[in-house]
Parts: sequence; C-alpha cells; structure tokens
Amino acid sequence: MIIDQVPQRIVPAPCNDEAPLLDMRGLRIEARSGEAWHVIVHGLDLTLRRGEVLGLIGESGAGKSTIGLAAMGHARPGCRFAGGSILFSGRDLLREPAAGRRALRGTRIAYVAQSAAAAFNPAHRLIDQVVETAVERGGRSRVDAMADAKDLFRRLSLPEPETIGLRYPHEVSGGQLQRVMTAMAMVCRPDLIIFDEPTTALDVTTQVEVLAAIRSVVEDFHTAALYITHDLAVVAQLAHRIMVLRHGRLVEEAPTRTMLEAPCEDYTRSLWAVRTLEKPAEPEAPCLLQMEQVGAAYGARRVLDDISIRIERGRTVAVVGESGSGKSTLARVITGLLPPVAGAIVFAGEPLPAQTQKRSKAQLRRIQMIYQSPDAALNPRHTVREVIGRPLEFYGGLKGREREVRTLALLDMIEMSATHLDRLPSELSGGQKQRICIARALAAEPELMICDEVTSALDQIVQAGILKLLRQLQTELSLSYLFITHDIATVKAIADRIVVMHRGKIVEQGDKREILAPPHPAYTELLLSSVPGLDPDWLTRLLAERERDGGTHATSWPDRLPKTGNRHV
Amino acid sequence: MGSVAELLAKRLVFGIATLWVISLLVFSAVNLLPGDLADAILGQGATPEAVAAFRAELGLDQPVASRYLNWVADILHGDLGRSLANDRPISELVAGRLANTVRLAILAAFIAIPAGVGLGILATVYRDRPFDRATTTASLIAISFPEFFTAYILVALFSVTLGWLPAVAIETRGGGWQQALREIALPALTLALAVVGYVLRMTRAAIVNVMAAPYIEMAQLKGASPLRIVTRHALPNALSPIINVVIINLAYLVVGVVVVEVVFVYPGLGQLLVDSVSKRDIPVVQACCIIFAATYVLLNLLADILSVLSNPRLRRPRQQV
Repeated sequence: MIIDQVPQRIVPAPCNDEAPLLDMRGLRIEARSGEAWHVIVHGLDLTLRRGEVLGLIGESGAGKSTIGLAAMGHARPGCRFAGGSILFSGRDLLREPAAGRRALRGTRIAYVAQSAAAAFNPAHRLIDQVVETAVERGGRSRVDAMADAKDLFRRLSLPEPETIGLRYPHEVSGGQLQRVMTAMAMVCRPDLIIFDEPTTALDVTTQVEVLAAIRSVVEDFHTAALYITHDLAVVAQLAHRIMVLRHGRLVEEAPTRTMLEAPCEDYTRSLWAVRTLEKPAEPEAPCLLQMEQVGAAYGARRVLDDISIRIERGRTVAVVGESGSGKSTLARVITGLLPPVAGAIVFAGEPLPAQTQKRSKAQLRRIQMIYQSPDAALNPRHTVREVIGRPLEFYGGLKGREREVRTLALLDMIEMSATHLDRLPSELSGGQKQRICIARALAAEPELMICDEVTSALDQIVQAGILKLLRQLQTELSLSYLFITHDIATVKAIADRIVVMHRGKIVEQGDKREILAPPHPAYTELLLSSVPGLDPDWLTRLLAERERDGGTHATSWPDRLPKTGNRHV
Repeated sequence: MGSVAELLAKRLVFGIATLWVISLLVFSAVNLLPGDLADAILGQGATPEAVAAFRAELGLDQPVASRYLNWVADILHGDLGRSLANDRPISELVAGRLANTVRLAILAAFIAIPAGVGLGILATVYRDRPFDRATTTASLIAISFPEFFTAYILVALFSVTLGWLPAVAIETRGGGWQQALREIALPALTLALAVVGYVLRMTRAAIVNVMAAPYIEMAQLKGASPLRIVTRHALPNALSPIINVVIINLAYLVVGVVVVEVVFVYPGLGQLLVDSVSKRDIPVVQACCIIFAATYVLLNLLADILSVLSNPRLRRPRQQV
C-alpha cells in the first residue's frame, strides 16, 4: 500500500547544554537469592533531559523495571542499591532521606505500571485514585483536581470522561484502565513519567490507541519519560533515544532512527527475532477435527455463532481476534468445558461428546491444552517431576522407573534436562515454565494441542524459542495445533491456516497467505494494520490514515467492541 | 444489585437451616441424657403413679417426634417453656440474664475491638520494628492465658492489692451508672483481654497479606505516607477477614462468657446455664443453648452481609458473565 507524504513527527531536540533531568552514574543494584546478594544492575550510566523520551528495551531479566523504579528511588523488596548515584534535578535520590524521596513521587516523578488492572486499588473509585496525589500532596482543591482529571480523560480519548471516574477498576476494560493510569500519572504534571510496559498486556488494537494517547499527552505537556518495553516496534513510536539492556548491562544506545536502521549489535537484532520467523507452506493433510456450525452461550447470552472450522493432522490453525472475540470460548467448547448449544464436533472421524464428563479417557488424552499464563496453570507446590509425571501415570499408567525415563525423554524434547526435575515453578524462568506446560501436554501423547495465547506473556526472544520448539514438535510428532493469539507476527511464524474472529463469529478463514494478502475485510484490515511496524513513523502514519478514512478512527474502534470473556488479558 | 440480594438470601437460608440442625442436636442431646427426667426430679422415694402423672404433665409420655415439634412450635411463638426448678416462664427468667450478658459483652467489645483493630493497624505501619514485635508478642501472651487465670490476676491486682474495684459483680440496685460500671469493669476487662489479641493478630495478618499487592507498590510510588498506605490503600481490601474475626469474637463475648461470669458471680446467661445444668433444669438448658446458637448464626450472617457490602466487586458486579 502506497502512502503519500506523511509529515515526520516533530522531535523536539533537547538542547545539550541544559543540565539533565535524570542522571544515573555507575548505578549498581543487588538482589537477594537465599542468603547471598548478587548484582543485577552493573554500574549503569543513564542520562535523560527534560522533555526527552528514552526507551529501555531488553528481554525479561534485563533489569529494565528495576532501573525504572530506581529512577524513583525505589527498590523492590529483595533488592537494594549497592552503589552509584541517581541525580534527579540535582538531588541524589540515594542519599535523600525517605521523606524527601516520597515528596518527589507522584508529584514530580510518576509511574505507570504494566498491569493497570492490578495496580489500581479495587476498593476505591477511579477518580479518587487519580486525584489522590494532587489533593493530598499537590495542595490542589478536590474540585480543581477533578476538573483537571476529566480534562485529561478527554485528551486521552476515554469514553464518557465526565463519569468514567465514578466507576471502580473492575468495571473498566484493560485498555481504558491503562489510559486512566496515564491520567493519574499526569495529574500533577510531573517532570518525568516511568512507563513500565504499559501496553504489553493489551491486544494490538487496544495497544494502538493507548500508545497514541500516551504519546499525545507526553508531547503536549513536554514531559520526560522512561519507556520500558521488550517490544522495539512499540518503543520506536515514542522514544527519541533507545537503550538496549541485557543482564543489567548496556548493550548499545542510539537515537531511535539510527538504532532501527543500523543496530551495531547482533543482540539488538535478535530482539525482533520473532518477526522474521515464517512457517513455509505445507501440503493439505487428512482432517483431524471438524466443527460444523457450532454455537455456544453463557446462559442466555450467545457468545459463539455458526463456527465451522477444520483442523488437519500435523497442521496449525491460528485463531486471531482481539479480547472478547470468542477465541478462548472456542477452546472451551472443543475441550468440552463449555458444551455447545448448536452444531457438532467430529474428532478423528467420530462425533465428540459435548461435555468433558461424557468423553472417554482416550478422547480426553488426545486433546490437550496449554494456557497463556504458566504461573496460573502450574501448581506452585509441585516439582517438575510431579507436573510431568502425573499425566504419564494418569493416561499411560507409567510408574516408577518407566515414568522417570519417560519424564526425562520429555524434558529432552523441550530442551531442558534432568537438573530441572526437582525444581518448583518459582525456580524457573517464564519461558522454562511454559516449556514445562508443553511437556505436560505432550506427556498425554495428544493429537491436538490447543494453545491459548501461549507466547503472549513472554518477551520476543523467548517467544521465538517457544515457537520454534512447537514447530519442531509438530514435525516430529505430527501434532495439530489450534493456536489462539492476537499477535500477527506469531501467526506468521506458526500457522498454516488462519481463522479471524470478531464478536463470536468468523469474519474470514483460509490459507495463511490468502488471509495475510490484501484485500482484507475491514476487521482483518484493522487487526493487521494495528501491528506496530519497525519504523518510527508507523504510528503517525497509521493515525493519519485512519483519520483520513473516517469511520475507523484509531481511538474509536475498540471502545465500541464488547469487553467480555478473556479474563487474563 | 440483583446478585447481592440473591447472595444475601442464600446466606439467610443457610442460617435458618443451621438453626434448624442445631435445634435437632440440642433436643436429641438432651433426650439422650441417661436417666429419666421425672425420676430424677421426684427422687427415689416417689411412687410409680406419681412418676407417671408427672411424666404426663411434662409431656414425656408422648413420642419424641411430636415432643420436638411442640417444642419448636412453642419457641417460634416466643414461648420457651417453664422452668422445672421454679415453674417460672423461661422467657422471663432469661430476659434479665440476657440483658446482663449483652451489657457485659458490649462493654468488653467497646474496649477490645477498637484497641485490637487500632493496634493491628499500627503494627503493620511499623512492621518488623520494635512496636510491632512488642504488640504481637503481648497479644500472644494475652491469648495464651486462660480467662479464669486472667480474671484472678485482675482481681488480685485491682481488688485485693489496690482495692479500686469490687471482686464480685453482685447487682446492687440504685448505685447509679458509675457504680454499675465499677461492678462490671473487671469481668469486661477480662473478656476484653481474651479477645483483643485475636482481633489484633487477625487485623495485622489480613493487612500484611494485602501489602504484597501491586496496588500497594503503586501507592508507594505515588508517594503516599506509610500510615496512609495502610489505612487508605490496604485496610479497605482487608476488611472482609477483619469483619469476620470481629464478629466471631462478638459472638464469643456473648456465648463464651460462662467461665468469667462464674468467676465474678455475674448474673448473666452463662451463670444461668451452669446453674440449670446442675439442677437438671432441662427446658432452661435447651433454651440457653438455642439462644447461644441463634446469636452465633445471626452474627455470622451479619459478618457475611458486611463482607459483601465492603467489597465493590461483589456490590457492583460486572454486567456480564
């Protein structure tokens, strides 16, 4: 698609002679594991000028969030500052007494957390939380602060800006909460805001509007920001400069455009590894699962309608759509957790009973499921041995020595080893935990694996690893996948066929190449165009384009969509 | 709001069902006691005719089921029966005693609950500091002492050594409220000491549990003071367990006072129960048991209602699945 000239975003060049707003020198932070302290941030230097947006990127465990919190003089429990200095407008936060640090927080340095749903207090109305700092410590009247908050809600394109603040956090969707939290950070007009992965938990269409909203207020108020993320494409839309971190050390630092055009380090390039994966086309295969005009409902509310899907042996069907489109409900129907109210499901040539209870052990064994959050799916008190051994015993009747041998073979398949056997989930990394969930599903020797957003919670490098593993397992074991995701890059990497869902219905389905090639139905177009490009002008161009097209204005779409289902997004 | 009403209705039904089961238990337990009531009351010298006549008068000759139904029907009409010992209506006997017990419970609650919740809050504000260690240790000591022991210590201190307060709480008429307060001060203090430790520890535990939540870190990053973080950000989310422990202890103050009442010779329901057991005054024992059970059930129902109302997520559920 050819876009005519779009004006480049004006990047206010921070003047160099001015004293920096934030200046970290030789910052060392230690974390405790057991009795010992080990260094997690190794003498980092970081400078931020007024009005500048600095992106911090890297994989999980790179120390991004720790550094972000350090900019507020805060160390999480189990962490401590071990050296260096953090000068915020000339005051060293590490030598400032606790009361002095507290005085800066909320008023001059504000924080936007990754999960707004968890970071808002469930017991209070949003407006009370938004104006709290301004009223309690900013010396503003409640009326004045509330008027300001409503103005910010409006600027951030929140629906019903006058009344949305009267709601409690659980009554507002994730994307809206994230914008309310931005308003909360902005209400005292701080000099600096720390954005800690504010869009990571959101789906692509919501991410676009939150990004657009954040960028507009940060630019309007000329606020400096540290923007933390593992997604380079996201940070490229906002940051003037990017620092790539790994294991608490700087890998490289450069202005955004330079970084994207000519990264110096291979590591930086690997950060968008998942985007380069693409599954080659495969020939047609015999059908494993067929759904015919299936419908499902929660009580009287119809959530799935007229769903017909075919999954072939050894192939992957990706189901895409945003939160609330019915993707996870589809998985619940196939696994029998939510019996359909209409239609039929045929599995390996036989009709599949609607309810889990009516299915035979063999039928249960042949369909396995992997979830988005391995933390929620793994019992925190079971060791790896127990997690994998249990289905071996339950489905395969394996005991003792036999079970141990098979467990080790499964660990080998997922590229882990005997050293992990006695670990608890808390002693594994996010990617390792997800591998254990895959091994648990494999232990049942399934033919169909339902993967519900299995890579969404992981950073890009780990994602690429998991996707490669799944592909390899598919080739070796001739597994079929139903792969639920909202991320188009993941779809490219794993899918053979794509099903696009919206509001419980199929918008379109077909071969991957067909679906990803234009022309698209409007909804598919919206999904595809919302995936951030590795180009600093992508967001600007997208917004301009949507503005021009009228109807599909970036900030109006998702608000019109039902906010249902997917509790984990 | 529909689902809240539904939730409360469900709790109410459970409460009534619990009371019904308790009434069955109380009734059958009393009927399972060895020996015949009429024999026991009339003594060994009574003629068989006299015993039979007395049994008929008490209704003991009727089948168990119909006796149970009569008893329940009478209770529902507010008639608790008549005492065997002095033939007075039990409701009359119980009313004054219940009022005394409740008065004592209220005074004890007024001391124990604000102190327990308040100290619990302060203990979390100064978590792992000397104040916290001192209060949690002291509360453990208070919990560990049996009540009669605390009671005698208090008597030894305030009545015997200092001579400030009376050691027994025999009701004197016309002493004014100061006199009345002086009389129940020691039993109330004993009860308060028994309860305050539980309330303190539970308040502290409930708040500490919430302190690990991301919204508490958010409050820290908004620069809220430690006191404000605890009272404004943590406490509202810890209300449900705190309400429960407060109410259970309120119920205990009404029901569990037997020992304390006996020690101080306080004319409450607990004394009445003990006296009636020793006199084998079965209808009074049954009535006391039912009153105690009803107190527990009603207070627990109240705890459920308050817990639901304190939680916006239950009070205002999302309009969807």
